[in-house]
Amino acid sequence: MATHPGGLTSTEAPAVRVRDLHRSFNRSGGVLEGLDLDVAPGEFVAVLGRSGTGKSTLLRALAGLDRDVDGYGEIEVPVAVSVVFQDSRLLPWKRLLDNVTFGLRAPDADERGRRALAEVGLAGRERAWPYELSGGEAQRASLARSLVREPQLLLADEPFGALDALTRIKMHELLRRLCEVHRPAVLLVTHDVDEAIVLADRIVVLDGGTVQTDVRVELTQRSPVAPGFGELRDFLLGRLGVQEHLGADFIAPGRRRATSATPS
Amino acid sequence: MTAATAATRADVAPAVPPSRAGGPHPDVRVVRRRLGPGPRTRLSFWVGPLLLLAVWAVGSWAGFISPAVLTAPWDVAKEFQNQWVDHDLLGNIGTSLRRSVLGLTLGVLGGVVLAVASGLSRVGEALIDGPIQIKRSIPTLALIPLFVAWFGIGESMKVTTIALITLIPIYVNTHNALRGIDGRYAELAETLDVGRVEFVRNVVLPGALPGFLLGLRFAVTVSLLGLVVVEQFNSESGIGHVMTLAQQYGQTSVIVVGLVIYGVFGFLADTAVRLIERRALSWRRTLEG
Repeated sequence: MATHPGGLTSTEAPAVRVRDLHRSFNRSGGVLEGLDLDVAPGEFVAVLGRSGTGKSTLLRALAGLDRDVDGYGEIEVPVAVSVVFQDSRLLPWKRLLDNVTFGLRAPDADERGRRALAEVGLAGRERAWPYELSGGEAQRASLARSLVREPQLLLADEPFGALDALTRIKMHELLRRLCEVHRPAVLLVTHDVDEAIVLADRIVVLDGGTVQTDVRVELTQRSPVAPGFGELRDFLLGRLGVQEHLGADFIAPGRRRATSATPS
Repeated sequence: MTAATAATRADVAPAVPPSRAGGPHPDVRVVRRRLGPGPRTRLSFWVGPLLLLAVWAVGSWAGFISPAVLTAPWDVAKEFQNQWVDHDLLGNIGTSLRRSVLGLTLGVLGGVVLAVASGLSRVGEALIDGPIQIKRSIPTLALIPLFVAWFGIGESMKVTTIALITLIPIYVNTHNALRGIDGRYAELAETLDVGRVEFVRNVVLPGALPGFLLGLRFAVTVSLLGLVVVEQFNSESGIGHVMTLAQQYGQTSVIVVGLVIYGVFGFLADTAVRLIERRALSWRRTLEG
């Protein structure tokens, strides 16, 4: 049924442990039906799936935001969990620094907030109102708000979905760098296969309420022209039900195929 | 400033197609917002009231407005001076202001506390919202005899009445704004492990502030209106008392003095609240500018 070339390699206790997770919104059928998932500490997992396969449902279950949803199952997550939403969700009535430190109970909260803003390239914007920011800046601020809490688990629900392509590439670099420094376990929900390959250590594809595919990304380079990138993308697109010729001609028009770019 | 902006814009996008233009063409497009009220001008809020005063003055001077209908502005000024010197007008104003400010303060506090309690808990809503709506539909005038029976005819009756009148607009507008706060902010606060008190302080109150301030504008006005009513009952001082006496003796000019004082206070108070509004809501980007 499911292929499991990925998964845990060490005997270390996982940061996230999900067993037999069921969630349903109505009686007609469950969105999640017996999902199992482990995420190791510091591991970056991307979750792919067609719409309605329960990507966000899984993320909201891990974030503890699904109290009104029917279901059962076992969930273990770390104490320090941060969520990055698709909208930056900055409080419009708080200046940037106050947004970043909102809910942070530490004597040096302001200092840490300043440092986090500098880390995402927003130094000097501490007193800006959210409406003064561009979409990319707002999303960077929301990353700073998540990371200032030093989370052991970072949950991101299509965080770059509303950004333009160029900004998205910059945000990918930023997120990778931040994760290398802070080493949280990451669960990134996305519909963008390339984004998943560029960012993740491991990619899972949801279908039929469970993890249908679970692959480890072992690329030496994280760029669309890297050897193996195209094959992995075609494989994942196939798993998402997109046919290969569509993958080449329809999904990525004008993009050089990684396979043809690197003749072996 | 505007000219410079227009000039640089012209380099990038000529307003007229090059084929039709005889050469470099200045960009004549308007750079400010086309829809919306336009830039703010200083002291513009005085224009309306001053115009009203001018119409009144010209009407009285030309004889369109007979003194029996409305006293002329200069006679009102004379009467004002007479009241000020011989009848302790300042003391009466002071008494009225004290009542109104005290009642308003209590009403605002009560309104906010009730709105938050009823907005954030179902129990609070079940207990509070119904009675407030009932109170809303009962005219205050009809309640005063009851208050006289409960609180007597002294200061506490007057302050309580004003507090209850002002509580309503504060409650309704704050409650409405509070319920309109984006639920996603509550979700965010949950993921950030924010406690209830912190949530109220950082999300609920600032989020409901626009509604609260609108309520405050209504409340300030009705606190002054309430004076007229309560000061008819066994008062020895206050603007309402002065006007009630004047009514009995048929002194139109004194009544107009009272009306002008009310008008000026109402206008000043509203202006003050709007200034607060502009400062406290500077995080918003609205047509207000």
